[in-house]
Amino acid sequence: MSLAYYELKASYAFVERNINLVKRYWGWEVVWMLYTVANSLAVVLIAKGTNSAIGSEALADAQIDAFILFLAIGALVWHYLAVVFQTVSEMISWERWEGTIEYTFMAPVRRGTHMVGTALFSLVYGLLHTAVVLVVIVLVFDLDMANANYFSATAVLVAGSLSLVGIGIMGAVLPLLYPERGAEMTHVIQAALVLISGIYIKAGDMPEPLATMSIFSPARYVIEGIRSALIDGDGFGDLWLTIAGLIVSGFVMIPLGVWVFSMGERYAKRTGRLKRSG
Amino acid sequence: MTAVALDPSQFQGVTVAVDPAARALEVDDVTKVFRQGPGIFSRLRGKTAERKRVVAVDHISLTVERGEIFGVLGPNGTGKSTLIRLMSTLLMPDSGRVRIFGLDVERDEFKVKRLINRVSVEASFFKKLSPMENLMYGARLYSVDPAFARAKAEEILTRFGVEQRSFGSPMEDMSRGMQQKVAIARAFLTAPVLLLLDEPTTGLDPHSKREVQAAVLEIRNSHDATVMLTTHDMQEADELCDRIAIVDKGRVVALDTPTGLKEKVRQPGEPVPSLEDVFLRLTGKKLEEADQEAEKQ
Repeated sequence: MSLAYYELKASYAFVERNINLVKRYWGWEVVWMLYTVANSLAVVLIAKGTNSAIGSEALADAQIDAFILFLAIGALVWHYLAVVFQTVSEMISWERWEGTIEYTFMAPVRRGTHMVGTALFSLVYGLLHTAVVLVVIVLVFDLDMANANYFSATAVLVAGSLSLVGIGIMGAVLPLLYPERGAEMTHVIQAALVLISGIYIKAGDMPEPLATMSIFSPARYVIEGIRSALIDGDGFGDLWLTIAGLIVSGFVMIPLGVWVFSMGERYAKRTGRLKRSG
Repeated sequence: MTAVALDPSQFQGVTVAVDPAARALEVDDVTKVFRQGPGIFSRLRGKTAERKRVVAVDHISLTVERGEIFGVLGPNGTGKSTLIRLMSTLLMPDSGRVRIFGLDVERDEFKVKRLINRVSVEASFFKKLSPMENLMYGARLYSVDPAFARAKAEEILTRFGVEQRSFGSPMEDMSRGMQQKVAIARAFLTAPVLLLLDEPTTGLDPHSKREVQAAVLEIRNSHDATVMLTTHDMQEADELCDRIAIVDKGRVVALDTPTGLKEKVRQPGEPVPSLEDVFLRLTGKKLEEADQEAEKQ
């Protein structure tokens, strides 16, 4: 069997460990799920109350429904991407919280294997989490998904996940270098992404310089692509350029993330930063 | 060089070439200095306090032969743990070299990792996970076949007195002594040829301490492992170690067998001194005093 096969097998250590942690922290998972559902519903409710908020009947029911769908997709896709980013960027924070960082870093596992395992878990965990939120939103708002092309939407989501994994790996270097505040620093990256990616507003409608900055956010193209697939019913043929662009972006971001992380790991080993648990 | 698969029945796809003539461990003129003080953000905010330079390991050289239990004895803050971290690939030396079975810990990091395991004073576990879940995580990291690992983990945990009903309970529900035994069991499971023990018995009750010490002897005797042990327990060092390096302020002040060290400081007509006396005469202070001094710093 090839080395790659054994490395992939070893990466399952991180998947299994994280599944076990989710099971053991089930109470926290329930709270996190409730928080996410409440948060997503709160965003989508903005559309529901637009007319009463502005004190007129400016929007017809069909327009409000379209607005609800627009916001719901933004909330759901962002939730998924945020879970992927957070799970990957927290791979070091978890080790610091538990005091296992030295054990994991001493093990004969390549850092790439560590990251593949964490990324695989993050994709499955993100999808399951988002599916639950989707079910609740569909039940509460009776969304019209008649035009939706789920196949192309899934393709955009999977392709877009790669870039977020890459950015997450870059973010993971912060808790490695700054044991006390590194985890909080990753939230800044997340906040920047949510601001510039056109989650709740079309990216082109954002004021400058946000509109220009959004060009560099892969999350923008994921959300635009999924909106096209689910609202307008765009198929793979219409979205191939977006999907190809996201795949290329992923193939740049992941190696870049691994390189940034390996530089950070070398620095941490030179300065003794693996030792402190924050 | 001979290719040695550590145990083909357990390990999947991992073979490490080990030079049969190589020593288990060679530390060659190794130095490690840390800088403490305001970080980059504080300095940007105008905090200009000078960064303190702490020499943790100061030109240390030593060799450990295969099958030895080698002790590093010294007070807290004297560089023992730093030395172990340098051997564990968790730190890079500023100068000098560390070789394990002839492999350089920096250049051959991945191969070295396959040969070693470390048990530290803080049992590093996922506290919410059970002993079995933690051991299976360790086994997968070290490419031990999962079915083999599960059976072996049960056997080792039972041998170490961990009750079967605790196999699936969170680690946080166990006593520190019991957690430390699980840590040793985890190291056993990966069959290291060099076991690095960083004060494994500190803070344990006398009974747990004896059990951990018995486990250390067992891994050396039954698994043909080499053991590097740091401690500031004189009696433990005396009873377990074949040779001992006494370190103070990052330097080796003496290195010999326990008997040799005692003979070194013994005055004519005097009874055989204890290791405590050896430490006092070589460093001019008692170990407890040195510990207190280190805590003040």
